[in-house]
This record gives sequence, structure tokens and C-alpha cells, in this order.
Amino acid sequence: MKKEFKVIADLLSDNTRVLDVGCGDGSLMSLLKKEKNIEVRGLELSQENVQQCIHKGLSVIQGNAETELHQFPDKSFDYVVLSQTLQAFFEPEKVLRDLLRIGKSVVISIPNFGYWKVRTKLLLFGKMPVTKTLPNTWYNTPNLHMCTIKDLFNFCDEKDINIKKVVGVNEDKTSLINKSNLEIKNLFSKLGIFLIG
Amino acid sequence: MPSLAGLFFWMNVKIENIKKLNVAKSLKLDCGKTINNFPLAYETYGKLNQNKDNAILVFHALTGDQFVTGINPITNKEGWWVTAVGPGKAIDTNKYFVICANVIGGCMGSLGPKNINPETKLPYGLDFPVITIKDMIRAQESLLEHLGIKKLLCATGGSMGGMQLLQFCITFPDKTFSAIPIACSSSHSAQNIALNELARQAIMADPVWDNGKYVLKNVQPKNGLAVARMVGHISYLSEKGMQEKFGRKLQEKADYEFSFNADFQVESYLRHQGYAFTERFDANSILYITRAMDYFDLSKQFKGGLTEAFRNQKTKFLIISFSSDWLYTTKENKDIVIALNASGADVSYSEIKTDKGHDSFLLDEPEFLKTLKSFLDSMHEKFKNEKRI
Repeated sequence: MKKEFKVIADLLSDNTRVLDVGCGDGSLMSLLKKEKNIEVRGLELSQENVQQCIHKGLSVIQGNAETELHQFPDKSFDYVVLSQTLQAFFEPEKVLRDLLRIGKSVVISIPNFGYWKVRTKLLLFGKMPVTKTLPNTWYNTPNLHMCTIKDLFNFCDEKDINIKKVVGVNEDKTSLINKSNLEIKNLFSKLGIFLIG
Repeated sequence: MPSLAGLFFWMNVKIENIKKLNVAKSLKLDCGKTINNFPLAYETYGKLNQNKDNAILVFHALTGDQFVTGINPITNKEGWWVTAVGPGKAIDTNKYFVICANVIGGCMGSLGPKNINPETKLPYGLDFPVITIKDMIRAQESLLEHLGIKKLLCATGGSMGGMQLLQFCITFPDKTFSAIPIACSSSHSAQNIALNELARQAIMADPVWDNGKYVLKNVQPKNGLAVARMVGHISYLSEKGMQEKFGRKLQEKADYEFSFNADFQVESYLRHQGYAFTERFDANSILYITRAMDYFDLSKQFKGGLTEAFRNQKTKFLIISFSSDWLYTTKENKDIVIALNASGADVSYSEIKTDKGHDSFLLDEPEFLKTLKSFLDSMHEKFKNEKRI
């Protein structure tokens, strides 16, 4: 089980309704359903993943989050979850606005471009960083809008998006992030998980 | 080869021997007329288990019938959904009890324009009342009652079968635990009405049709009906699929004949399919069933449109569309998904990538069949649990 999914699950209350945008093969959905009795729906682009979800008995809609979130009514879910996908959209702000419209709260996780290994790779070797959380090279990465925890933190501030909780993840360790420890956590977290809305 | 009249007689004799329920209650049709004491022909496959949690109702498409799988005893050909239904198939008849009824208006034993009108003691022809998709499914509900099934595990159908299914879920919201509408629409599009009209006009232009009175003479407007079927066949394929299958290949000849015979393989294919169809289907039935499809518009039945139509749905849906289907497009299928979503229903959706067009749901499309099986099996587990509680 991925640590990230465990952190996301801990952020959500039991017995709620959740939409998992870009739900992949349904691993997180299965976890939420089983351990938190959450009524969960998925949106996923790949036919193969959709089939995996259906096989697991999960409700999933094949579609593109960039263009098809309009079908979900306002506040129709308690939470909308977006795991490591925000940076791959053409218009992340527009998608984020849609997520905030659909969910009462939104959970977003991002691979942190501010992580020290990422920074040093670029600084010392002069090459675009390739790490475990960022496994692609510059020419085949799906990531169009990489950002750091600090970037997303500031973005929410500027756009008046309420930040309820931010968790930094590094391997098995997690820590709460706030304004006062932002600089240091931005350096030592591989992933940032935001609860907003 | 037997004469057509002889063939019809022989088919009628065989039709007498198929499973039929006499629906004793009267059914008020959407057109205002009432039918009563009418036959509903059906077939079942597999066994209903003791808990009655394994029943699946299949709705057939325009030219389908109740013979879903195995050998159709009337035509002696394989059932129309043999790819998906049968022992060990996606809809496994070793495990599930599969039911299918011939729609009213059809010609495989259920009440249709070929039947005798009790008032005139002659075949109905165009005196048969115009029926709707809703009339069809209301007639079929009697069959579930007859078989003692309060709630189905699943109901499914493609094309017009999917339309019947959507109507069924709305008219009888507690009758099925899950539903798989395939390659269908919540209202017939202008293009589909136009194609149906083309089919109808082809039949009506055949002098043998004689305002539907051909039934009195035991003949069939073969030429018109064959053209109607050709129109259908074109619409069931995709441009790419057709090009790949036929291209400009010639039919058993080295060069053009400089005539109007079937030079091209695609012509030969259409002619064959068209005329073969006239041996198993009634021309007036095509008129009535295509009309029912054209009148289908779920949003018209409810103020507030499609979302309102699906309000309070407890049924778990899986909608499936095919990427190259231009008859019932992905867009039309997605509109159903959007409405179900907006009404808060439990809905899954998958678009199968294929070049085979609308016909895909009848073909051996592995991704499609895998999805069908996965969903059905997981629904069976959930339904068993629900029944236990």
C-alpha cells in the first residue's frame, strides 16, 4: 500500500461520498471503500484501468478530467481526490476550480519539485531531474505544470482558496506543513498532500 | 426451394411450437388503444437458482428475437448474441438464468401485425396499433411475474434493447439490481429517424406491400424489405470497418462487368444480407418497431428532462459505447451517463475502442466482453449480499 493513499484515507471522514479523479486501477478507491465505508466513484481516462476498476466492483466513468468534470453537479461529493495529476493538465487552475465546485472539500497530492534531490539534480548536473516520484525524462513526461509545495501553498493564498491541512510525505514519514515550516518541509518532502476548500 | 407462401406457412407452424405466455391482463398502449389476452413469446437459458438472485433479462434490438443464444429453432441459425451469452461466455448460462422475450410488434410469436385481429378475424396489417418502447417493456413485465422473479440481478440490451432497458429502469425502478445499456440513446436522433424513414419508405414503395395488406395474400414485399435491411447494414458498420472488409474488391470476377449486377463485394454482401432477412422478418413489423424507436424520447416523458427521468434510481448502471459507432454515438451514450450522474445514480461508463461500428456489441470484441463479465460477476456478489441482509 502506498503511503500516499494511507495519508489521503486519513484525511477523509468515514461514511462520506468521494470522487476520485484520475482513479487509475482503483487501488485508492478499494481502500476507501473497505476501510472507511466511503461511497466512492472514479473518473479515469484509460480503458484498461477502467476495466480493472469494474473488475474490482468499483463504479468508474471513463473520461477526461480536463474536459468532462462539468457533468458532476455542484457539491455532489463530500470530497474530490486528485492524486498526482494536477501538474499534467493543460489548465490546472480551471480543473482545480471545477474540483472545488464539485466537492465540499478537495484533496490534492503533488510530486514536490522543491524536494532537495530534485533541486540538486538540476543544480549540480544541469539536467532535468529524474527521481522515483518523477520517473519520466523531459521529452516524455506527462507533467506540463510542475510545481513545489510552496508554489501550491502560495497559489491557494493568492486565489483565496482555504487550506485546511497540508501533509508532507517522505518515504514512510509524514509531517504537517504550515506557514512557519514551509521552507524546510518544501525541501524535505517528496510529496505534498493538500486538503482545501 | 419452397415457395415463399410455403415458407411462411412452415414458419408459422414452427412458431406455434415456441414458448409463449398468454398475457391475460389488458394493456393500455401509449397510443390510447388497449390490447388484451395477447401472446408474448420468450425463451430462457440456464436455471433460476433457489434464491432467485441470478436472473438476467435481455432486451433484443430491432431485428432480434427471443433466441439469444444456441440455435434459433425457427431459422436454424445461431442466436443473435451467441458471442456474449452461453455456457462459459461473458453472460454465463451455467451460472445465470437468462430471459428474453420477443417485443410486441415483432414477428417471432409475440403479438404483432401478422397476428389475427379478433375484430376482423383477419391479420392486423396496418390495423395493428402503433406501439412504443414503453408499451414493449410493460408487456414484458408480465413475463417476470409469470416466472416468479421479483427483482432481476441485471437487465441488459444493445441498440433498441438498450432503449427498452432505460425505459424499463424508469418505469419499474425496483425490478432490477443492475443494468447494462449498450450502444443506445435516450432519444432517437434526427439521423436515426431519417435512416428509419428510409427503411420504411423502401418497404412502402414496394407494390407488393399494398398498404400492409400483403399479409392477407401470404406474400412478403421482399424487394422493399431487402433494401430496408441494406440501409440498416450500412449503418451498423463504420466507414473504416467497411473499407477494411470490402475495399473495392470485386465479387468473383477479374474486372468490371459494365452492368448493374453486383460487381463489388460490398454490393453482393448487401444484397445477400437484404434478401436473407426477408425470409425471417415481417415487413410490417419493421414499420412498427422502427416507429417505436423514433417515438422514443425519455426527456419528453419528464418535466426537467433526462436528469429528472433518472431521479431516485437505485439501479447500478454500466453504460458501454463503441468508438466507431455513428448510429448511437459515444456522445449520445455519454449524455445518459451525465444525466445519471447529475441525478446521483451509481453509474459506470466505458468506451470500447474498435473499428467495427454499431455492430460491435454483437461481435467477439474481447475488451467489451471482458467488461461485461467483470461487471456482471461483481454485481452478482453485491446482489447476493444485499439479499442476505
